[in-house]
Amino acid sequence: MDFTVQELEQGIAVVRGAGRLNMVSAGQLRELVAAAVAGGNSRIVVDLSAVDFIDSSGLGALVNGLKIARQAGGDLRISAPTDQVKLVLQLTNMERVLFPYPTVDSAYAND
Amino acid sequence: MNRLLILRVIVIVTVVFGVNYVAWRWMFSLNWHAWWIAVPLVIAETYSLIDVSLFGLAMWRSRPRELPKTVPLGTTVDVFITTYDEPIDLVMITARHARDIRYPHSTWLLDDGARPELAAAAAELGVGYIKRGADWMNRPLHAKAGNLNNALMSTNGELLLILDADQVPQPEILDNTLGYFDDERVALVQTPQLFGNVPISDPLGSQAPLFYGPIQQGKDGWNAAFFCGSNAILRREALMQLGITGYVAEVERAVDTALRGAHRVIKRARRSVPKSNEMMHAALADVSLAVDAAKASIASGESLSGVTYRLQRRVAEVSQGMVAADVQLLAQDLRAIEEMNGGGADSDFTINIDATMEALGSRDLSPLGAVESVQTLLRSIDVDRSGEAQPLMPLATISVTEDMATSMRLHGLGWKSVYHHELLAVGLAPEDLGTMLKQRLRWAQGTMQVLIRENPLVQRGMTLAQRLMYFSTMWSYLSGFATIVYFAAPIVFLCFGVLPVNTSAWHFFLHFLPFMVANQVLFAFACRGVSTWRGQQYSLALFPVWIEATTSAVANVFFGRPLSFIVTSKVRGAYRPQWTLITPQIIVSVALTLAAVIGVTRLALGVGEPIGTAVNLAWVALDLVVLSVLVPAVRYRGFDNKQEE
Repeated sequence: MDFTVQELEQGIAVVRGAGRLNMVSAGQLRELVAAAVAGGNSRIVVDLSAVDFIDSSGLGALVNGLKIARQAGGDLRISAPTDQVKLVLQLTNMERVLFPYPTVDSAYAND
Repeated sequence: MNRLLILRVIVIVTVVFGVNYVAWRWMFSLNWHAWWIAVPLVIAETYSLIDVSLFGLAMWRSRPRELPKTVPLGTTVDVFITTYDEPIDLVMITARHARDIRYPHSTWLLDDGARPELAAAAAELGVGYIKRGADWMNRPLHAKAGNLNNALMSTNGELLLILDADQVPQPEILDNTLGYFDDERVALVQTPQLFGNVPISDPLGSQAPLFYGPIQQGKDGWNAAFFCGSNAILRREALMQLGITGYVAEVERAVDTALRGAHRVIKRARRSVPKSNEMMHAALADVSLAVDAAKASIASGESLSGVTYRLQRRVAEVSQGMVAADVQLLAQDLRAIEEMNGGGADSDFTINIDATMEALGSRDLSPLGAVESVQTLLRSIDVDRSGEAQPLMPLATISVTEDMATSMRLHGLGWKSVYHHELLAVGLAPEDLGTMLKQRLRWAQGTMQVLIRENPLVQRGMTLAQRLMYFSTMWSYLSGFATIVYFAAPIVFLCFGVLPVNTSAWHFFLHFLPFMVANQVLFAFACRGVSTWRGQQYSLALFPVWIEATTSAVANVFFGRPLSFIVTSKVRGAYRPQWTLITPQIIVSVALTLAAVIGVTRLALGVGEPIGTAVNLAWVALDLVVLSVLVPAVRYRGFDNKQEE
């Protein structure tokens, strides 16, 4: 799975991945988020629009990124999950914690 | 198949005879005049009936599994060897055998001792080495569970083989077990634990042929085979799912608790801050409003991360506001000083207001920190689980025996487990009584912690049979109390002639013997000729350990007392028989012997009743034979290979 990181203004970084966010790619995502936060972008959006599969390790990487961003005074938000990802968020109760924003732009629209 | 049918008939017969006996004891033969011994005795007997019934339930489905026919190709496997302070040589023997396991895999040493020598040895052998990172500093370590949770975050195999540092695996351990994972709902395959440094006579009762055999097979029949900490293969996805659901539940609970207690904390803080500190009062009022807003948002179903983010931001703003006011005052003072000095020339005093504000307003230095209770409260209203080293704790940390709690939660989520009855790793058992007692105490304490914190009977997601299988193991650890009564009853009769049973000898035997005989037949048949006598002796003889485990677990869970956790030592200490370790058992043995002498004397003097005396003397003799297991145990000098050959 390949990730790209795009820096927006106001300390926002968008992390995009395509394919399967699973135990193999989770470590990569974790490192990218940590690097972005360390580089001064503590407001992260993980764009899930091209992620067609996520497992618990993938969710784990999101939670880990959330913690890193929060401790730097920022946040991690997710946007545009596909159906499989939505289902997993529901089944694991993760949607109680992470609200899926419809688009990347809407993630920090109000904050 | 026929075997299982016979076993089931024996189970039914045993339970029927058992209910017949215990019901008769409660309803028709209780000596209420001596209720102080009669009632405890009948309760102990009821305890034993429930114990054997739960055993019978396990035996109902106890049979060997069909072996998997294929070995899946291309599954990624991490082999984890957990170590804390075991000798490097010993760990490296295990590591070498782990590296040489036939199925492709990565081997990792999980070193909770953070020993540079071990890291070097691992590099030389070509296996991975993982120790705790900086995140674990000043946070709960959670012993072995924490060690495994830490390693889970930096590895990525689909399956994990977990080995204690002294469990040397066979090369075929993965080939023979991976086939079970073709079923995508299988989360755990547990294999037996057997010890290579134990003589045939097994003086310390180290081997557990009944548990790693009929009992685990029976539990497996109900899809309730337990995880036993080592020699097991686990599915990463299942563990991570536990981590995720656990994280959500923990965050929900923490935020909910903090928000509910918030107003009380803020009120108390307001009272402790002097009236003159208007700024602080205003800030607390702002925080109070923010808490109300957060409560309302959560009630309307908003996500926790959104709500807590806004709350934390608001609090930061309040802090910044206070800092700003302070810094403005400071700046004014400095300007005044500068002017007094003649102004301009000495600019050492000028401060960068923005930088100072940012530094002072950060979370740790916030002026709200002056009101520590409020600070603590606000910190817990977040989704980062800052009190823990990592937000996800896949292996359960509620107990010193993380294994049982973890598999119970896996079953609660609907995962399946397998018990594979084939010896695939050989371990080392403690070689002296002191170490063995500590190990048993720790297992028992851990089990009781799980019972108190997550009573299986009320856990959702498991079938009734699964709940009973977990409960059964916990129930058996309560035996210490019943054992005391079983020791006390014959002493009371032989010394004072007080019979807790109010009946004729004929009626007593009519009810008691069928149950007793069926019980013995059940055990003998269920165990397929493997002797479990040593195990039975120890389950009675270690009654002080079971009692201490129960009381210390209660004190730990309800009153926060430490359990005095001790890692089982694999090193043999200098030999010296420590009779003090078994003081309670020695006292009981002396009391039983004295009671026997008194009983015989009473009989000779014509005071004692002959049949009752005979029965109780036999009872005392049995008790003494059971307790005698401890004599060779205290004198045991450790395993000697040469002697054995």
